[in-house]
Amino acid sequence: MAQDIKSKFRWPQFNWRGAIAIVGFFAAWHFFVKLGVPGFKEIAAPFDVLQTFLTRYVNNQEYWSSWVSSFKRVLYGFLIAQVLGIPLGLMLGTREVFHNLAYPVIEILRPIPPLAWVPISILFWPTTEMSIIFICFIGAFFIIVINVHDAVRSIKNEHIWLAQSLGASSGQIFRRIMIPSVIPSIAVGMTLGIAVTWNVVIAAEMISGGNGLGRLTWEGYVSHTVTVVIIGMISIGLAGYLSTIVVDYLEKKMMPWRVVR
Amino acid sequence: MEIEPGDFVAIVGPSGCGKSTLMNIIAGFDNVTEGQVLLDGQPLATATTPPKPGSDRVVVFQNGALFPWKTVLENVMYGPVIQNMMTPSQAEERAMDLLAKCGGLNKVAASYPPQLSSGMQRRVEIVRALINEPKILLLDEPFRAMDTVSKTVMHQHLLEMYRVCRKTIVFITHDLEEAIYLADRVVVMTSRPGTIKSIINVKLPRPRTPNMMLSAEYLALKAQAIAGVHEEAKKAFERGEREHA
Amino acid sequence: MEASWWKSSKFWLMWVGYIIAVAAWYASVKWLPLDSFNRLPDPWSVITEWFSPEPVYGVSIFTPIYYQHIFYSVYRATASFVLAVVLGVPLGILMAWSPKFDAYASALVGLLRPIPPLAWIPLAILMFPGIELAVIYVTFLVAFFATVMNTYVGVKSIDPDYFRAALSLGSKPRDILRHVIIPGALPNIFTGLQIAMGAAWFSLAAGEMIAAQYGLGFMIFESYNLIQFPTIVIGMATLGIAGFMSSAIIRVVGNKLMRWRVQSFGIGG
Repeated sequence: MAQDIKSKFRWPQFNWRGAIAIVGFFAAWHFFVKLGVPGFKEIAAPFDVLQTFLTRYVNNQEYWSSWVSSFKRVLYGFLIAQVLGIPLGLMLGTREVFHNLAYPVIEILRPIPPLAWVPISILFWPTTEMSIIFICFIGAFFIIVINVHDAVRSIKNEHIWLAQSLGASSGQIFRRIMIPSVIPSIAVGMTLGIAVTWNVVIAAEMISGGNGLGRLTWEGYVSHTVTVVIIGMISIGLAGYLSTIVVDYLEKKMMPWRVVR
Repeated sequence: MEIEPGDFVAIVGPSGCGKSTLMNIIAGFDNVTEGQVLLDGQPLATATTPPKPGSDRVVVFQNGALFPWKTVLENVMYGPVIQNMMTPSQAEERAMDLLAKCGGLNKVAASYPPQLSSGMQRRVEIVRALINEPKILLLDEPFRAMDTVSKTVMHQHLLEMYRVCRKTIVFITHDLEEAIYLADRVVVMTSRPGTIKSIINVKLPRPRTPNMMLSAEYLALKAQAIAGVHEEAKKAFERGEREHA
Repeated sequence: MEASWWKSSKFWLMWVGYIIAVAAWYASVKWLPLDSFNRLPDPWSVITEWFSPEPVYGVSIFTPIYYQHIFYSVYRATASFVLAVVLGVPLGILMAWSPKFDAYASALVGLLRPIPPLAWIPLAILMFPGIELAVIYVTFLVAFFATVMNTYVGVKSIDPDYFRAALSLGSKPRDILRHVIIPGALPNIFTGLQIAMGAAWFSLAAGEMIAAQYGLGFMIFESYNLIQFPTIVIGMATLGIAGFMSSAIIRVVGNKLMRWRVQSFGIGG
């Protein structure tokens, strides 16, 4: 135990090979563009992208508001998926009749890619905003349901019997055994879910949205300004990365007994 | 310390005394920091040469390392075939022959290891080692996870295999009785630093039978060994207490 | 899986569940006084359209155009998947095997992976000659990362004793690759392939909606634009079936290749 705590505070060794790889990547990008290698003729060089970003986007109100609107959609879709999906997963895992009734239906709906829901979603919801949030919700929902369901089903009977023989009530069993055993799977479901949600929001915005980072990227393409396309992509990557950090942090909070990675 | 060809040597000691390190050095998995290991007068491992495992010293592992994705027969054939010692058909013949000799294992040749009992898995793993005609067979606490009854059965199987093939065996264990019962010589190691404390010569006649565990000679050897190990264990225990105080 | 499976309550409950779901769909579209629901196509009109020799909106199992869309989607999914496996599995093994290579590669993977593959669509269209390649590239990208990561984890999770045993039996690196690394990582690789296939269909649907001229994603979006609502649901259902079948195929192939695993689990219960 003592060792674990110590190693937590050690700085990671500097990965100079990784640094070389990243510098190499940007150098290759730069030279491929400048030399006009096929495929890179239409692309902007990294330096041009940076310059455009600094001169036109850092102080651009509209740019930052696309961050906000994408984040909002991801957040709502993701949260609604967790709020509905976790209890549904628990129910599916614990109630046998409900499981046999509802699980096959979920199995049928699950393979439909979230984005295939776009037209139906637009038809159904009164506003574009709501339909994008719904698509994000679909993306994260099935993942969390399946993860929680599988986790409940794999709880060892011994744990439950032990608790019963110690005189635990079913409420206590639920709180003390069920919840802690599914938390790791909830964490996995959330990590996967947030990545999918970002993926989905981008495409949904490209297809239907009026604003957001996906729209920004798409408009860059339509107006043939490659720098904007790349700024959009990098912003999306950064946004997704930030959300992953937040989700990882929440997971660590949820599982104090576990050293996550 | 020297091990003669055909010897059955057991190495006993409390956990953490470096039994497994010694085994890893002989096997060629780990580096030597000091001293050297010689095989037939040739240096196997020294502080300067990098370690090199080879099929002249085959290891049977604590937790078992039969490839679960190969059948029993394929596992046994693996060594000779990849070293081009035999053609696949020769290897198959030889493997079936050895499996049959070692307690009728040829009946399970087409099964996958996870389908067998742990005792059978161990025997197959020993056969997989023997088919390579190793100079030394290294057994790293192979019966550790077994219950007393299966262990006794496995001892008989191992002694039978030893009688048939007369290989040099280095047997690592923390179980004194097992060591005395099986081996010609028992090496008792001390913990931290891991050095040899004493070597007990076991002059029990072969073939050995479980009844011998009740003979006066066996009990005397056991008493002698226990005294040595107990002293060691106590020292280690006290040191542990001091360190955690 | 006994012979009397049709007698089990599980089987009947499954069908009751399906019927309730379809009935709820029908009832909410037809009778619920809410515009949102009334705009959607009801199950009956979807089914009659799907299986009609003369479909109202032009797409059913009797029309060649339906199979043309399926063909394009399946072709793109297969092409990207095969490409992802051919490149991803060796890269994953190499990364897990050589720490030096790992240091180079994982930095690049870490740099590119946070960008959602679908965000590549506009750039991909600009970079590649033709939309076809761009859609395949985007689909490939998702499947590729899933394959690499799972292969990597698969190799890393092989018990080190297997490597030692193989060395002890006189293996050369080539033998270790063939007899230890590949079979040992296979279970994880196949998990990765399942995920990769799912991810491929996921981004293929999006790619086709945004950029392509044919394919099921395109069909769905086109029907939306042309107000042919039952066809949307036909497209969604077909995508679901295609995704389900492709992962079933991977499962079957995986079980064939890993007979040792199926059998040992069968006995263990």
